[in-house]
This record gives sequence, structure tokens and C-alpha cells, in this order.
Amino acid sequence: MTSAGVPGGGAVEVPAVVEAVGVGKVFGAGSTAVTAIESVDLSIRQGEFISLIGPSGCGKSTLLRLIGDLTHPTSGTLAINGKPAARARSDRDYGMVFQAPVLMDWRTIAKNIELPLEIMGFPPDERRRRATELLKLVELEGFADRHPWQLSGGMQQRVAIARALSFDPKLLLMDEPFGALDEMTRERMNAELMSIWRRTGTTIVFVTHSIPEAVFLSTRVVVMSARPGRISQVIDIDLPAERSVETRESERYFRLVTRVREALRQFEPTDEGPEVTEAERVRAEGLA
Amino acid sequence: MTTASGFLRRGSAPATAAAPRTGRSRTRRWIGIAIVLFALVLVWEAAKWIGGDPWRLHGTVAGVQVDYEHVPPLDWRIASDLSLPHVWDIVRAFVDPAQRGGAPLGVVLAGQAAFTFGEALAGFALGSLLGLALGVAFVHSRLAERALVPYVVASQTVPILAIAPLVVVALKADWLSVMAVAMYLTFFPVTIASMRGLRAFDPRSLELFRSYAATRRQVLWQLRLPTSVPYLFSGFRVAAAASVIGAIIGEQTAGVAAGLGSAIINYNQYYTSGPERLWATVVMCTLVGFVFVGGVNLAERILTRGRYRPVEGLL
Amino acid sequence: MTASAAREWLPAVGVFVIVLAIWEVGFLVLGVQSFLIPRPSVITEQLVSDWSTLARGLVFTGTEAVSGLVVGVALGTAAGFATARWASAREVLLPVAIGASTIPIIAFAPITLNWFGPESLLPRVTIVAVMCFFPVMVNTIRGLTNVDPGTLELLSSYAASDRQTLTKLRGPNALPYWFTALRIATTLSVIGAVVGEFFGGPLYALGIYITLQTGASRYPSAWAAIVLACVLGIVLYMVAVALERLTIPWYTARETAR
Repeated sequence: MTSAGVPGGGAVEVPAVVEAVGVGKVFGAGSTAVTAIESVDLSIRQGEFISLIGPSGCGKSTLLRLIGDLTHPTSGTLAINGKPAARARSDRDYGMVFQAPVLMDWRTIAKNIELPLEIMGFPPDERRRRATELLKLVELEGFADRHPWQLSGGMQQRVAIARALSFDPKLLLMDEPFGALDEMTRERMNAELMSIWRRTGTTIVFVTHSIPEAVFLSTRVVVMSARPGRISQVIDIDLPAERSVETRESERYFRLVTRVREALRQFEPTDEGPEVTEAERVRAEGLA
Repeated sequence: MTTASGFLRRGSAPATAAAPRTGRSRTRRWIGIAIVLFALVLVWEAAKWIGGDPWRLHGTVAGVQVDYEHVPPLDWRIASDLSLPHVWDIVRAFVDPAQRGGAPLGVVLAGQAAFTFGEALAGFALGSLLGLALGVAFVHSRLAERALVPYVVASQTVPILAIAPLVVVALKADWLSVMAVAMYLTFFPVTIASMRGLRAFDPRSLELFRSYAATRRQVLWQLRLPTSVPYLFSGFRVAAAASVIGAIIGEQTAGVAAGLGSAIINYNQYYTSGPERLWATVVMCTLVGFVFVGGVNLAERILTRGRYRPVEGLL
Repeated sequence: MTASAAREWLPAVGVFVIVLAIWEVGFLVLGVQSFLIPRPSVITEQLVSDWSTLARGLVFTGTEAVSGLVVGVALGTAAGFATARWASAREVLLPVAIGASTIPIIAFAPITLNWFGPESLLPRVTIVAVMCFFPVMVNTIRGLTNVDPGTLELLSSYAASDRQTLTKLRGPNALPYWFTALRIATTLSVIGAVVGEFFGGPLYALGIYITLQTGASRYPSAWAAIVLACVLGIVLYMVAVALERLTIPWYTARETAR
């Protein structure tokens, strides 16, 4: 089922935050070529919360990285806020949160949050003000002068989220940010993310392995299948905007979870083929 | 508060995968080395051309008659023929006889180099064993580590020159003292490398072994030692270079006539009558170093057969 | 002194005291007439009586070591930065630098002596500088380039310039590597200075003094000079450690927390 209108969408022609048409990505060439994704059509409007879910190798992380201009499509077009992805990146239109917090050990927590602000040229008092605000938002006041290794995994990830939000990006890209956390912490982080989303109105594209998480957080769930990676289904999540613990126990929620699960099962891969390993990807991108 | 042992316990730095050693990158590396050497020779002779002694080249090169005279405009003492012989003079020194009517210098030096290499190899082997044994001891006993590691570090601040004469008098046998000096310089990098390597395993592997109720000895042989191999080899590289230095210095103090060390002393004495000979000897010393380290690299490649990522790191 | 600091250093200090005690007392009680290794008290006596010569030598050799250290480290750092900047230069020069660090630089000591003459500091300063140059250059390059790819991506997502990546990521990342090389360089500097003096220099220079005294079998004097050379090396090493603790306190804190 494809997406219909957006909640409260009017007739005004605002460019979609993400407009992907026929996007594909092939790693390598010739006999060692691996198709990560192909023929992806996706349109994301302002204020949506989109989850990308699918089995390993379905290309959900690749799609996220394409949107983030960390890699380039080999086919199709991709526009972010009506601009090419590269310009959106240099205009600093989005923030990213990875599965690993990727904090700098030599900076304090506050300074870690200030990192993007430093790079983007914010003045010092403005940086400090935002850092303090964000620490309050992610409930880590009092940890401003600690160092990353002194914090737990969940706390580090909250710092990473605070950092990603520090410059008010219109688009937030998150790649399994809560993957390394336990279930209870994860649910708590989901609730926090929900409240942050409601308060800031940011558009969020969220990659996850967890069906309950995808359904709880999103306005739409994009189900992907593997080999080759492509979008198999897009499911509207018509749960009320205010999501809470009660939402997780509602009838509608369970039905949506089941629907997503069945959509995933429909396109289960039948054989184990070559996947693009992390090392291959890093080498292909020339990052090492 | 950092301590000497704290410094050595640094197993946490990421061991990044080295760039893939494709054939193309290897040839590129050799081409690069050739370019650097060529540039060095160019700068060398250019310096002599600008500020050295007058050039008077008369003779045949590969059947072509060469007559070239040039008086350099400036006068730098460091570029004189005595301080910086022409590159071709150094090359020719290898070919000319070492003593009147004797074998070419190159052959004599090669023999001495082989002798020195043997001593270095012996010192390296013993020093590596000692270093590894110390590493194992320190990794298993925190107390031993805290008590002795500062002295291991401090031992390297004692200039070997100070030790060498005493060792020579004490051991009375020439080559034995040379080996001891080489061993002294070798054990330190191997100790550090083995301490890092024996601690470099994933902590979860240790938990796995504990769940098998493995003894400490089993953990050592099945987990720590195999994991430590790439680190050991990075230590061996440094140790190989150090053992050559140790052998040369040791020979000089012990007065071992058969090695490169005494060749250096000899040609240093007669420097003014033939500076090229000393330079040729120094070049030979360098070659011994290269051959030894190259041997270690080759051994690493054969022994590990691509099963390990080579470690580049803080050592 | 805090309890944990005491626990850290006590065993080493203990060993020192015990060895010293055994050396002194043991030799005395057992009547060991060690020709080669005099008792600590004898060495100390000699140290005091020869002090004026030894002090001159300490200053001379120490100056050689420190000057060479400073020059070698400065040039090595600069070369490291320049090389790390361009991947093509790095591919060529890094293996060359690693290879060059295996060259027994000490073998060049007689040549530098011939260049600059026996009374000058320069022969040893040159040797020490070259010895320190390569480890510093290699570790600087490694520190600047061994960066976590995830962090590189993060900065790329902020559209950070190359210069910003250098100052905010590569630089701080390289500091621990650089300090390791600095520690190694301090030990090399004393060795280079003392061993380099073997081929010639003023009579009071530590290296020459040791060789002369050993040759004349005046072992207490030789040992007094050896002790001074050791102290020089240890002091330089400790200075490097102190500098490290001041500059990158986060690193020290993190490593001791592990």
C-alpha cells in the first residue's frame, strides 16, 4: 500500500524532503559487482517519521547513506530539499546518528555536542547555550565535563543524538542507533526520541531491525527485501500522534506489527548470497 | 597517573587493517624507493657541484671517453671530497682491492657483514626469547610487572657503550660478549611488543576460555600467544635493527677483527687516505640492517600466511 | 601521595632498595672483591670526588642529547605532517622512512666526526637528530592517518573542510602516537650521544670518559659516569612522560581506567 496524503498536507507544493526516483547502488564492478539496492522510489514529506526495515543485505543502510551523501547512487536521481544530496550536505541540512556513538575521547561530553557547531562556525556562547539545552533535552545535565569512556552505551548514544540535533537540522538520519542497547533502555530511548520529534518537528529517516520499534516510532514503515535490495511495501502507520506506553499495548498497534511482520516474511530470502561486508564497503568508499 | 607499566599496557589502540598489499602497490613502493634513492644521489652530487672540490673526471665509462672539469663556485667544507666522496667513488671502492693485491673491498666487507650478521642473529634469537619470557611473566603477574618494568625501561637508558666494555672483560670470549650486547638491545622491544600482544585478545574470548575451565597455561598457548603473533613481529622488526647496532658496537669494544665493527674503526683511522672505504663500510652496515629486517618481514609473511592483519601501531 | 599511586610505584622502589641493599651489604659481608662491579658506596664516593669533571661531561653530553632530540623531533613532526597530507607521498615515503629507521645511524658517527671535528657538539647532535627523526616521522604519519572511518564519515556529514578534519580529528588522534615516539626518542638520544662519542670528542664527555676509565681499569670512575648517563636518560624520559600527562590528560585517564 503506497502512501496517500500527509497529515495536514495542503495544496502548497513544498519540495519533498527526500525525493528518490529509480535509485540504485552497485558496489564493485565486473564479476565482483554486488547490487546493494535497485529501483528505489521513495518520497518523504516534512515532519514524517520513516522507518526502513528489512533483513540483512536489503540495502536499508545503503539507502540511508545515499540520502546522507556518504555514498553516491549508480543509477536514478536523489533530491534532498529539492537539491542534489551533495549540496544538501554542504548546506548542512541533516544530522546523522550511527549505530556506534562515534564520540571523540579527547573531548568532554559538552565539547562533543559542540563539535558540529564548531565546524559550522557558531560563536562560542551560542555553542555553549545549545550544548546546555541539549544536555537537558537528553537528560544528561551534570555529565557535561565527563569523558565518553565514563558513560554507558545508552548514555553515549544519547550524546550522539544531542550532537546530531545541535544545529537544528531539518532532516535526521539514524542508522540503528539503539541496536546495541537492551530492550528496556531501548523502549525508553524510543519514548525520548518521540518527544524530541514532537518538539522539534524534524523529519526522521530511521533504519532498524526491530518491528515493534519501527511501528511505535513511525508515520510510515518502508519494508525492504534483499537480493537485490528494493522496497517491497510501504505501510501507513495510522496510530495517534501522541505515542506512549499505552500505545504499545493497543489492539491497533499489534495489528500493525503483525502486518509488518507478514510483509517481511513474504519476501524472505531463499538463499545466502554475497553481502557487502563492512570492510568491502569502507574500501570501496576510499575511507581507510 | 601513568606509570611505565601503564604505558606498556596500551593494548587498546586500534590495530587498523593495513592497506591491501596488492602487486600494484608493492611495485609502486619499490618505484618510490628507487625515486627517493635517485633523488638522494642527485642532491648529493648537486651539492658537490655547487660547493665541493674541483671535479676532474678523465677516463672511460662503458667505452665512452669522459673528460670533464668543473670548479664549483662556492666552497662548503661539508661537500668536499674528503667529507662527501663522489657516489661513483664509493661504488668504485667496493670493486677496488681492500689491501694491495688483495680481494676487492666488496668481497671482504661481505665476509665481515656475514660474520656480524651471525652475531646479530644469535643475539636477536636469545634476546627475543628473553623478551617473550619477560612478557609472559609480566602479563601473568601484576606485581612482577609493577616491580620490574620500570627497570626494563631504564635498562635501555644505560648506554650500551657503558655496558659493552664491562661485558667484554667479564665474559672474556669475544663473540660471546658481542652476542650479549646484541641481546641486551633486542629484549626490550620484544618485551614491550609481547606485553601488548599477549593482552590484545578480545576479552570475550577470555570469558569463553574461562567457561571451559581452561588452565592459565592453556589460555597462554591457545589464546594469548596466537593473538600476539602480529604484535610480536612488529617488535621483531625493531629488535632486528637494534641487534645489528648491538653487534657492531659490541665488535668495536671487543675488538673483533672479523666483523664490520672493526672495519669501521679501521677505515676511520685511515679516513684521510680513503674516505670512500669508510662510506662503503657504512653502506654495508645499512645493507645488513635491511637484509635482517627484510628477513623478519619474509618470515612473517610465510608464518602467518594472511591469517592475521599486520599490526601497525604505536610501537 | 594517594594510595593507588603508592601501590603503583612501591614494588619498583622496593626492588631498587632491595637490590641496592644486597649489593652493598652482600658484597661487604661476603668480602666480594668485585673488580668490575664496585659497591654502591664506593661508586658514590667516586662520583663525589670526580664531580667537577663528571659535571662538565654531563652538561656536554646532555646538551648533545637534548639538542639532537629537539631538532630530530621537530623535523620529524614536520616531515610527518607533510607526508601524511598527500596519499601518494605517503605511499612512497612511509616505507622509506620505516626502512631508514632500521639503518644503524651510529655507524655514521665517525663520518660526522670527520665533518665537524672532535671538539664540536655537532657530530653527535647530527646523529641523535637523525636517530630521533624517523620514529617521530613514522608515528606522526600513523597517528594522522589511523583514524576511525566512522568518525571521518561523521565529519564528512558536517561537510567539514580538510583543515577542520585535521585540527579536530587527525591532530588530537595523533597525539598519543606522537608521545610514544617522543618517549622512544628520549632513550635513543642519550644512547646516540654517548655511543657517538666513542669515536672522538673532548676527554670529559661522558662517553669518552667511560671508555677511557674502563680502558684504564678504573671501574669506580667508569661506573660513576655510567650512573650519570643513566640518570640523564631517565630524566629525559620522565620529562617526556610529564609533558604527555600535561598535554593529553584524557589519554592518561582513559588508559589507567582500563
